[in-house]
Amino acid sequence: MTDHSRAAVTPEILRVDQVSVSLAGRQILDDVSFTVQAGEFTGLIGPNGAGKTTLLRVILGLQRPATGRVEILGQPRSLRHQPIGYVPQKVLLDPDMPIRARDLVALGLDGNRYGIRLPSRGRGEAVRSMLHAVDADRFADARVGSLSGGEQQRVLIAHALISRPRLLLLDEPLANLDLRSGQEVIALLARIAREQQIAVLLSAHEMNPLLPVMDRVVYLAGGRAASGPTDQVVTGEVLTRLYGHHVDVLHVHGRILVVAGAAGDEAPAVDGSVAHEAAAAGPAAGAG
Amino acid sequence: MHQLLRAVFGPGFFASPQVHVAVSIGAVVAVVSAVTGVFTVMRGQSFAGHALGDVSAAGGSGALLLGLTPLPGFVGAGIAGAGVMDMIGVQRLRGRDLATGIVLGVAIGCSALFLYLGTTSGSTTGATQQILFGSIFTTTPGTVAAVAVLGVVALASIAAIARPLLLSTLSPDIAAARGAPVRLAGLLFMLALAVSVALSALAIGAILSTALLIGPAAAALRVTKTLPRALVTACLTGVAATWLGILLAYDSYYWGSGHQILPVSFFVVAIIFATYLVAGLPAARAARRRPGPGRGVTHEPAAAAGMGARCSRAS
Repeated sequence: MTDHSRAAVTPEILRVDQVSVSLAGRQILDDVSFTVQAGEFTGLIGPNGAGKTTLLRVILGLQRPATGRVEILGQPRSLRHQPIGYVPQKVLLDPDMPIRARDLVALGLDGNRYGIRLPSRGRGEAVRSMLHAVDADRFADARVGSLSGGEQQRVLIAHALISRPRLLLLDEPLANLDLRSGQEVIALLARIAREQQIAVLLSAHEMNPLLPVMDRVVYLAGGRAASGPTDQVVTGEVLTRLYGHHVDVLHVHGRILVVAGAAGDEAPAVDGSVAHEAAAAGPAAGAG
Repeated sequence: MHQLLRAVFGPGFFASPQVHVAVSIGAVVAVVSAVTGVFTVMRGQSFAGHALGDVSAAGGSGALLLGLTPLPGFVGAGIAGAGVMDMIGVQRLRGRDLATGIVLGVAIGCSALFLYLGTTSGSTTGATQQILFGSIFTTTPGTVAAVAVLGVVALASIAAIARPLLLSTLSPDIAAARGAPVRLAGLLFMLALAVSVALSALAIGAILSTALLIGPAAAALRVTKTLPRALVTACLTGVAATWLGILLAYDSYYWGSGHQILPVSFFVVAIIFATYLVAGLPAARAARRRPGPGRGVTHEPAAAAGMGARCSRAS
């Protein structure tokens, strides 16, 4: 399902080729392949435990695949000087930490260097403009631990982007955000991907918030993946194949619901995360 | 004025060679402990710091038993302990706790044995006191140079890996993904921590070394917003507490009619504890003044704006 016409126009940033991973005897990823092009916003979608974090760790080089390989900009990935920005799911940002937003962003520039940092006006300027780009100027001097989830997310994105990566990976950035903060972060990422021609690969267990901006989807279920444009991948036929049991895909008021359950079951089970999202969206849909 | 000075500084304070040695060693130890301590508190490795104190005690008492001075024992055992703890597993938080606990148990057992043997053989009177509660007034002037060199080594190690250390404290995954030397940073920091604790064991005792490591750093982190300021504040707090402790211990000879010098360690630790409590006052007062969740300080208007937007969208 690779989109060849597009690859010819925009450079290929990431190629994941037949990657399989087993952890503690359990197969986490099974022959996963997909590509990501510059300026594209790709959603890595799947239920909890589908292997999203593991796949991101393989791309980052933090997890070695049993078979298969990862290419960044056409090169086999190397841990040094790789053009990847990363926003992990969990960051230890205690309110006691004497780290301001601007300090964390500065660490994105030189956090891997030895020795003590010397004062530099150029760096201060770069940090300021990066904070401005993610609309974080007004809390630049606040301790990162004292910021709200959405604000922290912006600072972490600035931290990841300041080294000018070609690929930005985000692990469940929406998991702890309210609906509005989530939409703001997504809009910000879509703008950055477009303006700076950065490829964004974002994992989420819920795809609906991403539908307006997502160019492509990589859907993970049971360790296997299907990738391509959303309307071609998120279909009952494809997902039934991935999940290994019958799955219906329902379109309701522009939202997508993935409903699992074998035909003939008395009460079809709605996928947990999706049911949660549907419930959360209830009042909003009613109000709209 | 003269009278007041006489009252504050006991007779002979400035002329005493022991005081000179104590003040020099105290300053170096306080600065090294404060800098190491700030990173220790941020990394949540206070327990490791305490365990290294116990490891140092085993080394120091072993050195005494062999007829050496305690310092090489403190440092040698501390570094070995740090290496073992790193090897057993400091990568994962849980592994780190287990590794620390296991090493700590062995160390205290050895200390118990060495100190018992030292006391019963009778050759080293006061060994228990010296190892567990420090010997800043009885240290020889020749030790000052060794303390200074070790202090510089510890500070230089931390300076060399400060940024990767900070980044891996915030997120080991981000640091590793950036290609930062996470493993090396963790190991070098453990070694610096071992040296710092060993020096502190010499000054205020192996058991109390944690107080000088954690106290000034924790107090500084309560009142400062940036890392450089936290480091400077911790250093000043540590040095002030140590010097004041030395002065009070010296003066204690003239208190009452007992004519004995009370332990320096007690005064240092008491001052640090009081400082830590005082450092918490501004935050406590701010929390009382601002009821509710009170997490965000600078950006309440933003939250209010968010609420407004949400309401207007819903209506």
